[in-house]
Amino acid sequence: MLNIFEVSETNNMIEQEKLDVRTITMGISLLDCCDSDLNVVNQKIYEKITRLAKDLVATGNDIEREYGVPVVNKRISVTPIALVGGAACKTPEDFVTIAETLDEAAKTVGVNFIGGYSALVNKGMTKADELLIRSIPKALAKTERVCSSINVASTKTGMNMDAIRLMGEIILQTAEETKEQDSLGCAKLVVFCNAPDDNPFMAGAFHGVTEADAVINVGVSGPGVVKCALEQVRGKNFEELCETIKKTAFKITRVGQLVAQEASRRLGVPFGIIDLSLAPTPAVGDSVGEILQEIGLERAGAPGTTAALALLNDQVKKGGIMASSYVGGLSGAFIPVSEDQAMIDAVAEGALTLEKLEAMTCVCSVGLDMIAIPGDTPATTISGIIADEAAIGMINQKTTAVRVIPVIGKGIGETVEFGGLLGYAPVMPVNTKSCEAFVTRGGRIPAPVHSFKN
Amino acid sequence: MTKAVITVVGKDTVGIIAKVCTYLAGNSINILDISQTIIQGYFNMMMIVDVTNAEKDFGATVMELEELGDEIGVRIRCQKEEIFTKMHRI
Repeated sequence: MLNIFEVSETNNMIEQEKLDVRTITMGISLLDCCDSDLNVVNQKIYEKITRLAKDLVATGNDIEREYGVPVVNKRISVTPIALVGGAACKTPEDFVTIAETLDEAAKTVGVNFIGGYSALVNKGMTKADELLIRSIPKALAKTERVCSSINVASTKTGMNMDAIRLMGEIILQTAEETKEQDSLGCAKLVVFCNAPDDNPFMAGAFHGVTEADAVINVGVSGPGVVKCALEQVRGKNFEELCETIKKTAFKITRVGQLVAQEASRRLGVPFGIIDLSLAPTPAVGDSVGEILQEIGLERAGAPGTTAALALLNDQVKKGGIMASSYVGGLSGAFIPVSEDQAMIDAVAEGALTLEKLEAMTCVCSVGLDMIAIPGDTPATTISGIIADEAAIGMINQKTTAVRVIPVIGKGIGETVEFGGLLGYAPVMPVNTKSCEAFVTRGGRIPAPVHSFKN
Repeated sequence: MTKAVITVVGKDTVGIIAKVCTYLAGNSINILDISQTIIQGYFNMMMIVDVTNAEKDFGATVMELEELGDEIGVRIRCQKEEIFTKMHRI
């Protein structure tokens, strides 16, 4: 029988330490919505999403009430739209109409984001892929809830440098189109290497083509819980540190597993995966940067940060994997800047630079995330940043991503306010030396050797 | 049997258990186990209850107990048992 200490430990995690289930994301395949008539495509997409996800938000709210654990977001991911709209869309504007349909459907069912305005171009771009990519600036400016992601590289296929070059320009255009809102559009656009098919977290969620018709993926969170647990082992050795992180990750993930199974059962949609990520929010006490401080760094960015993050990431996985029957998505520690108060402070103090963040992405679960850069950064420099990040992912067989926001009209040291879960961020300096001659060469970087690992 | 855990936390005062038990009896919710402690003047109680035959929908019970807590001046939570068993039992 349960005892009062176990019960109050769980409730303390929820009430004091901000344990929550960050998202229940329903993945929906739209492959059966393909048609050569654009109106038919839009109609089918709207009908399918609103049919399958009509009870998603209510179910999430019921689970929250019955188990007493916040289910913060309810979201949808769909098949990459470049595949769905390929037969019908002849211009970027045609693709924008699909973005608007997705936005409508998201509003109808009440989810706060819908991901999958995506193209997978890690080896080459079809005509449709390129049209979709060129439509992104308008699509993100005209919609509120649509998120876009582009996979430009993979360990198996190498790096599509033509797509990477194009994405530099697209990110700048997206910033320009949404400059009235501090270039917010770029916060909904991610460029990936080795993008996972089953990621429930935005902005990079899409429903991969090898997935079932519909599936429930759940993203857990809980950096505050890990931080509070580590307060109990201050000054202790690495063995105790690692054991504590592992046990805490296990407990957090068990809650995610319960919520995922319940959501799956109630909605009659199969359970896909749990994404065991430590996803911070701008709230104090809900921060990965604070965990790094608790591990023993004065600030995130100090020497030792990469090692501390590597340890954290690995222990979260070790604890979480046993707690869930299926693990997938990104799974690890997120290190977004604008969404994490301790990271924001580290940047503001000059402790954390873009280059250190890049090193941290070698061992964290994603990449350069929610980083504001000057609005006058050249497109080729953004492409260079993407190429560096993709190379890390390609060589190390991991997912990496870039979500940078060139804030039009703002320079180094100024602050941008995105609001809500997206937080705020100081504009960070970018190396001003040019890489134009490199990124404009054209073509692909070949896939790496999979042997002779050194 | 569907079990739930009710926790009551707040300043100690006369009749907390009586009021909660009266509510539960009135709604056909059977109490299986009660434990309570007072930590630094604060009342901490946990009940494990059987809600199989409860007259109301579980969500409504959660809200009504919360309202009852507001009346008494304590925090009452009612949660399905699995969130605790999943976390603390392999």
